[in-house]
Amino acid sequence: MSPADSAPSGVIHNIGYRGYDGERLTRRGITFGLYAHSLRGIFGLGRAARSKVVPFGMVVVMLLPAVVLAVVAVVGAGLGQLDGPVVPYTRYAMILQAALAIFVAVAAPQAVSLDLRFHSLPLYLARPLERVDYVRAKLAAMTTAVFLLLAAPLLVLYLGSLAARFDAGRETLDLAQALLGALLFAAVLSGLSLVIASLTARRGFGIAAIVTVLVLSYSIVSSLQGVVAFEADDATTAGWIGLFSPMTLVDGVQVWAFGVTSSTPAGPAGDLAGPTFLVVALAFVALAYWALTRRYRKVKV
Amino acid sequence: MNRTIVRLTAQGMLGGRRLWLLGALALLIVVIAVATRLLVPVSEADAAGLLRAVAFSTFLPLFGLIVGTGAIAPEIDDGSIVHLLAKPVSRHTIVQSKLLVAIGAITALAVVPTMLAAVILGAGPQTVLAFGAGALAAGAVYSVLFLLLTVVTRHAVIIGLVYALMWESLVGSFVPGARSLSVQQWALSVTESIAPAGLVTADVGLGLACGLIVGGFVAATWYAGNRLNVLTLAAED
Repeated sequence: MSPADSAPSGVIHNIGYRGYDGERLTRRGITFGLYAHSLRGIFGLGRAARSKVVPFGMVVVMLLPAVVLAVVAVVGAGLGQLDGPVVPYTRYAMILQAALAIFVAVAAPQAVSLDLRFHSLPLYLARPLERVDYVRAKLAAMTTAVFLLLAAPLLVLYLGSLAARFDAGRETLDLAQALLGALLFAAVLSGLSLVIASLTARRGFGIAAIVTVLVLSYSIVSSLQGVVAFEADDATTAGWIGLFSPMTLVDGVQVWAFGVTSSTPAGPAGDLAGPTFLVVALAFVALAYWALTRRYRKVKV
Repeated sequence: MNRTIVRLTAQGMLGGRRLWLLGALALLIVVIAVATRLLVPVSEADAAGLLRAVAFSTFLPLFGLIVGTGAIAPEIDDGSIVHLLAKPVSRHTIVQSKLLVAIGAITALAVVPTMLAAVILGAGPQTVLAFGAGALAAGAVYSVLFLLLTVVTRHAVIIGLVYALMWESLVGSFVPGARSLSVQQWALSVTESIAPAGLVTADVGLGLACGLIVGGFVAATWYAGNRLNVLTLAAED
């Protein structure tokens, strides 16, 4: 007789549930975890291969011209034709803003819309994580992602300039300024895109809405500026029009703060305009943060 | 055409809040025209330049993308397209009905506002007509292209954006050859042929442009119907 026959049948064995009594992450630790997870998700890391196509495609589109420009700088300096970068660092984001807009438009719905669609917020909030922490983690992740996207080609350009033996002190200063500008670009674009994305659970709709806002506002503002600056010869008014699109807003701050040339027909003119651009940009970021916290106070668990 | 499909598509695309959002976009272009008119005296050439930069290179592609994908994408996304496909209606009829709604919407909410903006900017009747014809051609081709993309791939919005924002503007400005494959240039060619001489310049000849517009439109409509025959529903990643 085998032992199995004598054993009582139909028993659910208590294999013993062991509670976890190790160290638990604090609220801050969980927020950081959500931040890191969101940042990876934006670039498609840890997701299917097809989710990596757009983020990394845009990274490549952003990097390629920088690599070409770096090579041009080295070759040009070698021939004695160049003594500075072909494209100023601060203008790089403006020149490639189509790729930037697509990256932002795809990243923001990825960061927040899917959580709304699949109702994953209750799972996050079941932890000692407050709603405001969620907003902060997502905003920080998005800002970091956009900043990385903008900073990588700037570093390539900088290395190219160093290899070309341009004035290293001047290049480093220019790079630092451009990185500050990139940070402001990242904060403004992230705030705007996350607010739009948090209003819809549909990813496609979020993408279309963000791109429409970014691209249409830039196209309208820059062509209006062109008409006002060149036809009416009124550079002051044209400069002020720049307040009404996120890209020209941050570009205006760069023009005022770093004394670089404007990427649009007119930069902010006068002593009052520059600080106003900076204040408006910072107020915009604060407003976006406020709008997001307000929005997430109402999301049902 | 199938009247029920037309009605349901129109409800889905323009129902509720969406009509207001799209209407606001349409209003925006008119508001810009008014603002420009108030700010500066504009000549007909400035008006043409402004319309070209705002309406042709951003407004129409984006509107075409919203309307073209919006006609069918929500149904494919949530799987309810199977109920429509199960009805004894030719797939070509479904595509044509949806396309009719998309083109109707783009005509009412993008082409007419563009012409209105041209009138406000003080363009002559010939120029207004030219921009209307160009905008209609662009709107129709964008609608059918993006509708086709939606049937072919789940990433239609992204591919459409890459085409509209990067191919037409970025690549087109560096590689001249890319311009002959740009809907915007085809439409500008139509505008050029009607507008007073020298007002608008296009990189594509009129004959080629018209051929590409009509040929592209018919071929894409037919192919979209064909692809709807073999549509597979995939899950969200």
